[in-house]
Amino acid sequence: MDEARAARLRRLRWHCRRALLELDLMFQRYWRRVDEGHDIDAESEAALTRLVAMEDHDLWELVSGREKTGDPRLNGMLDRLRQI
Amino acid sequence: MKITQRTFDAVIVGAGGAGLRAALQLSESGLRTAVLTKVFPTRSHTVAAQGGVAASLGNSEEDHWHWHMYDTVKGSDWLGDQDAIEFMCRKANEVVIELEHYGMPFDRTDAGKIYQRPFGGHMSNFGEKPVRRSCAAADRTGHAMLHALYQRNVRANTQFFVEWMALDLIRDAEGEVLGVTALEMETGEIVAFQAKATIFATGGAGRIYHSSTNAFINTGDGPGMAARAGIPLEDMEFWQFHPTGVAGAGVLITEGVRGEGGILRNSAGERFMERYAPNAKDLASRDVVSRAMVTEINEGRGCGPHKDFVLLDITHLDPKVIMQRLPGIREISIQFANVDPIKEPIPVVPTCHYQMGGIPTNYVAQVVAPSGGKDAIVPGFYAAGECACASVHGANRLGTNSLLDLLVFGKSAGESAAEDVKKSAKAHKPVPQEAIERTLSRLDRLETQKDGADVRETLLAMQRTMQNHCGVFRFADKLKEGVARILDVQRDAQRIGIKDKSKVFNTARAEALELDNLIEVAVATMVSAEARKESRGAHVRDDAPDTPENPNGRDDKNWLKHTLWFKDGNRLDYKPVQLNPLTVGTIELKKRAY
Repeated sequence: MDEARAARLRRLRWHCRRALLELDLMFQRYWRRVDEGHDIDAESEAALTRLVAMEDHDLWELVSGREKTGDPRLNGMLDRLRQI
Repeated sequence: MKITQRTFDAVIVGAGGAGLRAALQLSESGLRTAVLTKVFPTRSHTVAAQGGVAASLGNSEEDHWHWHMYDTVKGSDWLGDQDAIEFMCRKANEVVIELEHYGMPFDRTDAGKIYQRPFGGHMSNFGEKPVRRSCAAADRTGHAMLHALYQRNVRANTQFFVEWMALDLIRDAEGEVLGVTALEMETGEIVAFQAKATIFATGGAGRIYHSSTNAFINTGDGPGMAARAGIPLEDMEFWQFHPTGVAGAGVLITEGVRGEGGILRNSAGERFMERYAPNAKDLASRDVVSRAMVTEINEGRGCGPHKDFVLLDITHLDPKVIMQRLPGIREISIQFANVDPIKEPIPVVPTCHYQMGGIPTNYVAQVVAPSGGKDAIVPGFYAAGECACASVHGANRLGTNSLLDLLVFGKSAGESAAEDVKKSAKAHKPVPQEAIERTLSRLDRLETQKDGADVRETLLAMQRTMQNHCGVFRFADKLKEGVARILDVQRDAQRIGIKDKSKVFNTARAEALELDNLIEVAVATMVSAEARKESRGAHVRDDAPDTPENPNGRDDKNWLKHTLWFKDGNRLDYKPVQLNPLTVGTIELKKRAY
């Protein structure tokens, strides 16, 4: 991975530090999988970038499945963040 | 080595409720104000506060600040300073109405006033009957508060340094605080922020515990920096716990689950609360339930491979009831405990929630430290919110006083700082090079450490030690052993190594620097708790039980005093509790009973 992308992913990881513990735990689980070798492709990176720009309570509503997103590009990442 | 220096009238570390309220006061006074924050301001942990903010507005029924003061002193188990408590309760209406004017969308009565709801411990007429005192914005009070304050700061031209991590306090030889050193996450650059006033509003350090409701950002950065700079930490043995957090995760399972018929069970499947509280059983008060859970775990009847949690069982409930009345709990259990509570019980453990102690301040948020046998103001230094200890929460915090603390002491810190800056000499005092070198050598050690300890393993060792030895219910032998163990973990923390040496958003470096702060708080907590040989508020010891001489185990004769922990020499000192309020009579000592 080139350094520019690696730096971008590290930044994204920092943006997964949240106000709500529930979200911290969800994102921690995701990044552990990445550390273990799961690929984070450009599509996933884009979806995650959109999600972390949201307000915490709204994001938790989506991640916990209480609300549905109107943006189909986010569904794959939301499924991955959940552990069902 | 020379580093970039930036100069402001005031620098604030932390952009939660207290930091934003302080910043607003300074910016609106026309002072050049910088706020450093690890995360975007509206992602601070204040967002998680749902309960509300206490103020005796009397919108629903008669109320009075003096009654609120009584409830707060009683809640604190008489360890709170009565001057600070009077100050906070008297200021409550003013800061809440100010917030309303800033656009905070409080819930309303039909008449358009701020709607007030009841909350545990809020009473009228000095403990007589419940009163509606909590002001809320639906269940997003903290979130709404942060947004209102952030918008107002933008308007007032507060300068935000987002994704900057403060590293060390800058003090000169006379002990005056002259700013902080900080790391810009995006570049890895170290900068000295020089200021005439430095305000810490860094929040709590709940991440010292393995089971904590606190977000990952709550790493005690303010107390850690203060302790390294020679400032004591006050009353660190007092932490508020909630009985049922998901084991290993910390996410809260509301008391409503037991209200709906949830049963706590040990490894033998026994409904153990029948032994501890034959009448109330699983619906006994928080402290009774927590204590019973810990006793079960300590006596080997815990569940799981480490026998370190108990089970909350709702499998006997009709799945329809669970789906209808407890849908959030089902989701939380599936996500964080990997169990569907319709089919299997939920692993739970008493979970750390709130830090009552912190950086010692007086009632106008100036940091104080002992000098010549009494408290002296540390020039240029202020603290507010959960990282500070005014002390209004004493040994236990009254519900909804945390958001009030942010507003009152955030504003007060801003006012005190603005006044001092305006009185000060025109020129800034020079930043001593030794202070810069201390930060640089800390970073250098991290970069060059060979075969160092792993950050996450050391963090986990610290968290497990705190949870097992200094949890919600405490035992003399466990505390003693805990002191030795936490000092071992501290030695590991001093030789952390990181593999990733990159400059841009190096999260491994950030986590290692946060651990430097957490470990100071953990050591302070363990040492202070081991030394306090009584039970008071949230500090409950097995060897200090309820007796006629010492009701609830509280020993006012020997322990009606604040603890001060000093990093240097791992030393303890004590100072008297301020029992004299500002204008009213002392709220006299009595047994705390609800």
